Amino acid sequence: MIRVVLPAHLRTLARVSGEVRLEVAGPVTQRSILDALERQYPVLCGAIRDHVSQQRRPFVRFFACCEDFSHESPDAPLPEAVAEGREPFLIVGAIAGGAR
Amino acid sequence: MSKVRVLAGTRKGAFVLEADGKRKDWKVNGPFFAGWEIYHMKGSPADPNRIFASQSTGWFGQLLQRSDDGGKTWEPVGNKFVYEGATGTHQWYDGTPHPWEFKRVWHLEPSLADPDTVYAGVEDAAIFRTTDGGKSWQEMPGLRRHSTGNKWQPGAGGMCLHTIILDPKNPERIYTAISAAGAFRTDDGGGSWKPITKGLYSPFMPDPTAEIGHCIHHMAIHPSRPDVLFMQKHWNVLRSDNAGDEWRDISGNLPGDQAVYPDKEGNTRAFDLKGFGFVIDVHAHEPQTVFVVPIKSDSQHFPPDGKLRVYRSKTGGDEWEPLSNGLPQRDCYVNVLRDAMGVDSLDSCGVYFGTTGGQVYASPDAGETWSPIVRDLPAVLSVEVQTLP
Repeated sequence: MIRVVLPAHLRTLARVSGEVRLEVAGPVTQRSILDALERQYPVLCGAIRDHVSQQRRPFVRFFACCEDFSHESPDAPLPEAVAEGREPFLIVGAIAGGAR
Repeated sequence: MSKVRVLAGTRKGAFVLEADGKRKDWKVNGPFFAGWEIYHMKGSPADPNRIFASQSTGWFGQLLQRSDDGGKTWEPVGNKFVYEGATGTHQWYDGTPHPWEFKRVWHLEPSLADPDTVYAGVEDAAIFRTTDGGKSWQEMPGLRRHSTGNKWQPGAGGMCLHTIILDPKNPERIYTAISAAGAFRTDDGGGSWKPITKGLYSPFMPDPTAEIGHCIHHMAIHPSRPDVLFMQKHWNVLRSDNAGDEWRDISGNLPGDQAVYPDKEGNTRAFDLKGFGFVIDVHAHEPQTVFVVPIKSDSQHFPPDGKLRVYRSKTGGDEWEPLSNGLPQRDCYVNVLRDAMGVDSLDSCGVYFGTTGGQVYASPDAGETWSPIVRDLPAVLSVEVQTLP
């Protein structure tokens, strides 16, 4: 079971509290996690990555095991600790100052 | 007794303001979608309890929300806005080609007859439509594919399609306005579009009378006379009596500024320009009575002399009177954005507007007197008004 931590706005949108738990078939990658997340919570489609290009939205980051995986290939395997559910996969809204 | 519902979209959430027909005691509901920018909310004329809201942030993109109970509860609907076919390019600020990229929904215009049909004006400029209550959206690509599309350029706020007006007498006719491409009209339900800018003069353009490139801020009609259009443009106010085929300046005695631009011969000169502003709206019962809020142009964007005044013309333009009773007349430096004014249709027409300072002002007597419904919301981006039985 994969553990995913969503940022507060997306928890509200998905109407969940705390971590989300997902079944991911096959290799555990950014793409397979996001595919499973969007299947379980269709309202998140388009909020984390673009509907068509599947590109990560610019102010969204992916962290796990104290590392930033945002710039890794979406098909690169994530650490075993994430795949085994010992560590969560964090989807983070980047800090963007106080302009708004 | 009739009721009024004011839908206020703000920089940090949506608010639903409600009062009975006296319009004295207001209930403020919200914030809904706290922390998100609500560029626009609008109710369906065919089913007033159905309201659509455009919700976005730079972090998580665009969402569309729908309420079927007058704004008490909301459900997300479809948020997939994909341009039809090859997107092509428009001009970037520096004149280079730039691919069309969807950024957000600026304006929602529900059908006058069908609660499941809504039009959406988006940035980068295009018009989309849903016919299933917002579940799915399809572009009406004829507008973006207009032969001038590759020359359109964004205004300072982005290349947004911010105005959609549905002709209540001719369902095939729609008006749109885009910053800073201009105004367009379709007479075949959105298949083909033509620029409607003859008579516009924009001294900041290389050719001030060019067909495209005018920075139109907003347009409005009275439903009884859909061929009469009123326009608030960057620098002045105009009117067309033939569905946009020709325009004439009606800025008259509105306050103005001097701006220095090249003239037709290429010599620099100071122009006296009157009537810069963003909002424009028409009285619910008097098609010749028009409201604007002049602000200092074109970078200051606050009221002249720190005095917030609505200007009203009862003659369809040219002659304007300031209305200030109840509005701050000193030290006021807010703006009123393009979609942030609305009217109700009670016997004594109510007028409402929101400011970037977070106030929503109401006048129950067509502008004679004003009072704030609420003073300290986040910056108000849009105001729409529903009159309910």
